[in-house]
Amino acid sequence: MTDIERKARFERVALPQLDAAFNLARWLTGNDRDAEDVVQEAYLRAFRYFDGYRGGDGRSWMLSIVRRTAFTWLERNRRPGTVPFEEFDASEMPAADGGSAPPDDPEQSAIRSADRRRLGELIAALPAQFRDVLVLRELEDMPYRDIATVCGIPVGTVMSRLARARAMLRQAWIRPQRKGLSHGL
Amino acid sequence: MDCRQAAARADAFVDGELDPAERAAMAAHLLGCAACRGQVEERRELAAALSAGATYHRAPEGLAERIGAALDAAPAFAPGRAQRWRPAALAASLALVAALSSFATLRLAVPDPGDALLDDMVAGHVRALMADHLTDVASSDQHTVKPWFNGKLNLSPPVKDLTTSGFPLVGGRLDYVAGRPAAALVYRHRQHVINLFVAPDDARAAATPAASARQGYNVLHWSDGGLGYWAVSDLGAADLAQFQSLMRETR
Repeated sequence: MTDIERKARFERVALPQLDAAFNLARWLTGNDRDAEDVVQEAYLRAFRYFDGYRGGDGRSWMLSIVRRTAFTWLERNRRPGTVPFEEFDASEMPAADGGSAPPDDPEQSAIRSADRRRLGELIAALPAQFRDVLVLRELEDMPYRDIATVCGIPVGTVMSRLARARAMLRQAWIRPQRKGLSHGL
Repeated sequence: MDCRQAAARADAFVDGELDPAERAAMAAHLLGCAACRGQVEERRELAAALSAGATYHRAPEGLAERIGAALDAAPAFAPGRAQRWRPAALAASLALVAALSSFATLRLAVPDPGDALLDDMVAGHVRALMADHLTDVASSDQHTVKPWFNGKLNLSPPVKDLTTSGFPLVGGRLDYVAGRPAAALVYRHRQHVINLFVAPDDARAAATPAASARQGYNVLHWSDGGLGYWAVSDLGAADLAQFQSLMRETR
């Protein structure tokens, strides 16, 4: 295979995954610049090891490399005060402020920008090992099997992490939301 | 299935990850248990908030090009072959960058809400056959089946007698598809069972195609008078289309 053919084959597999790659990296690193660096590095790595790619789901393959690259980046750039996830306690999640969401129209289906920001903050507050599973499931709509491939964990672990991530979010999002709504009514 | 088991399966149920038998057991439990329905509802609520409110960060403009350039600079990992600068290679790289740029506009397919709905309908059909639970009310009499749904659903499915046309009514069933109760009318044609699901005609319903096939089952969808209809069967497409036109014209 010539270099050109190899690149062409690589781009057919990897480039359609660029949005998914960036989205995952962005949620894991927390900002655009670092996400871009991670994605670029992941694509170079993937290209280097492309001969090891034996077909199959290109998205899972590419995202597993992006995820590994992002976690390496997180290790290197661990900010002081970052809580390791074993010690993470859902009660430390930033509390939803019912007062900041005026109950103008409960029927309104569009999510207000304040809510959007708040939801983003809640997800960002999840430990990375829960955030990746949640993002792959909720935003990428991946089946458990593919998430397991991307994260290199058994399907059972995908399920338990997803359940915990959602429980934390529900506690911080839906319940205060309801309380806020009933206060307003 | 008890509430403890249902709670352990709530996430997988919402994600459509249960196998048909477990899905059937879960749906049956949900019909009779408001507390667990609330649990499932809360999960759907969060999922809806996330899909509407959590930002999907698309790759910024120019990233594909930057990656393309970086790939060109990177040594190709073919052992024993040195990268040499040649005018031909340069031209090819430029062509590659151009190709990469065109990829920059490529977008991932957005998951289709109608798809999940269809999966649910087919799963409903399969589990009714597997669990041998086709009907809650077994009757070939439309005047028995129709009133049975009163008070169980917030819609009244039109029940038609198509016996003379070769599609006898078998009965009706309450089912749970796409996060809400739906009416399932059961008809038979020769040895084949037809499940006709009737649910409110909303945006998700409208997203399902008029005709589709999955897992060997044919699905026809139409709407009428604010209701969505899905006929699911292993019948051939032509026979199912005949059933559809009979349903639509016999008013």
